[in-house]
Amino acid sequence: MLRRYRGLVPYLFLVPGGLWLLAFFVVPMLVMASVSLQQGSLSTGYELTWNFGIYPEAIVHWAPQFVRSIVYSLIVTVLTLAIGYPMAYTIAFLGGRLKNVLLLLVILPFFTSFLIRTLSWKLILADNGIVLGTLKEAGLLAESFRLIATPIAVISGLTYNFLPFMVLPLYVALEKVDPRLVEAATDLYASRLQAFLRVTLPLSMPGVFAGSLLTFIPAVGDFINAAILGSRDTTMIGNVIQRLFLNTNDYPQAAALGFVLMAAILAMVIVYARVVGGEELTQG
Amino acid sequence: MSAPALPIRREARTLLPQRSTPVGVRIRRLILPVYTGLAVAYLFLPIAVMIAFSFNDPRGRQNITWQGFTFGNYLDIWSRPDITGPMVTSLTVAVVSTLVATALGTLIALALTRYQFAGRGTLNLLIFLPMATPEIIMGASLLSLFVSVGQDRDITTIVIAHVAFNISYVVVTVRARLTGFNRTLEEAAMDLGADEWTTFRKVTFPLIFPGILAAALLAFALSIDDYVITSFVSGRTITFPLWVYGVSRLGVPPEVNVIGTLIFVTALVFIVLQVWAQRRDLAKLRPVVGR
Repeated sequence: MLRRYRGLVPYLFLVPGGLWLLAFFVVPMLVMASVSLQQGSLSTGYELTWNFGIYPEAIVHWAPQFVRSIVYSLIVTVLTLAIGYPMAYTIAFLGGRLKNVLLLLVILPFFTSFLIRTLSWKLILADNGIVLGTLKEAGLLAESFRLIATPIAVISGLTYNFLPFMVLPLYVALEKVDPRLVEAATDLYASRLQAFLRVTLPLSMPGVFAGSLLTFIPAVGDFINAAILGSRDTTMIGNVIQRLFLNTNDYPQAAALGFVLMAAILAMVIVYARVVGGEELTQG
Repeated sequence: MSAPALPIRREARTLLPQRSTPVGVRIRRLILPVYTGLAVAYLFLPIAVMIAFSFNDPRGRQNITWQGFTFGNYLDIWSRPDITGPMVTSLTVAVVSTLVATALGTLIALALTRYQFAGRGTLNLLIFLPMATPEIIMGASLLSLFVSVGQDRDITTIVIAHVAFNISYVVVTVRARLTGFNRTLEEAAMDLGADEWTTFRKVTFPLIFPGILAAALLAFALSIDDYVITSFVSGRTITFPLWVYGVSRLGVPPEVNVIGTLIFVTALVFIVLQVWAQRRDLAKLRPVVGR
């Protein structure tokens, strides 16, 4: 009797969660698409006028913030890779029995709140705070020197906050590299550098790929770092979208910017995947 | 580890008379460990500052320079309704959204790992997309939805949003546990006369429970820390991250550091307990496995 309905069991399992995602992820995206094509104001109400013109308008108007977000996030991705790769390499190959402890130490700071961590950086980088204040009193820095409210502060905040997103996938990829392959390369008279460049590095590319995406995507949409550590001159596209939505209530333009951001991310991911051969990598 | 097929060079090397390692090589060998030590120190720098300044006794609103040591901030926070209110809200949201997301996500993970059905690819995409979407877009789209249907934003909409972004993480975490699952154990239970429900209760569930627990902890951590999505769907409700962001505009009071420190210590205790439990389980297994 029950046997006949057996094929329905998986649907029974996935329908509640699937519907939730449909209602509160897919539908909102469609609504946002419709909102971006509406015209009007909060007081008079909005009307769908298929105003596609908002897209080029929004892009042109907020081009500096778009470019800034992308440039910052590219710098952040490169920095996290540069800082994170040697860390992941050391933990994977030289960690020995301390491997898990080291990995835990890398993740541990990120168990505090994202906001509080960033506020802590504000404290560290403050004009007369513990670092700059001390250096200035010692006469090592000019009184006018500042980090807070500069692009350097925003980029270093982003780099710090997204570093584990880079280190963990790198570690997973490097951990899988068979040391015997590296040994074989050196047995065949490769120098250590050659063995690294021709064996370890190519084998760790899936980690580089995953880590870069996991860093770049959240960084490009982030607005907390720019809001806390930056100034008006470091505004990123995330700050603009949040302000238009929550303060200005210019929903159509904010929604359009959101979609442009998504499209930009998607385009960059596709280009990146082509360049490093992501399709083979993600399957491997 | 097995030896390579032709370990000519390695043997030749061991046959040479032992010489002390040259200084240059020794320094080179130190570079990576020292670097990693410094990098870990860098990761802990803001945490150390956060903890130190939770004991600071600042004059005025700015908690930037060291003024004096006090425990006062730790006693303060419990009698401040402007802090405890948002904390209670955040905990409520986290508990409810974790329970719902864990239940829904676990069911999806079960469907994906143990059944063949049409629409698998679509479902996988539906699970993957929320994790690949920037938080700000998710928040903005949910706000668009709530505004267009005229839904007032309060704690309910916050819970709805948190469940929406947590389901995917639960699915991925539980699925990872289910993929390595040995189904012969279930077959053995059925062979010994257990019906499907008993098998699930006595065999399947206990085995996948660590995965479910890990997923729930992850969901809880993501929910209680979320600022971006919450800021779009909160209306006038204030969660703890929203409160922190609000007061930080005027200068960060030491109470923020106190709560950051408490969160950090709680996480630390959880991790130590987890590691200890793992060690204990391994020690129990050792005589059985014979290693």
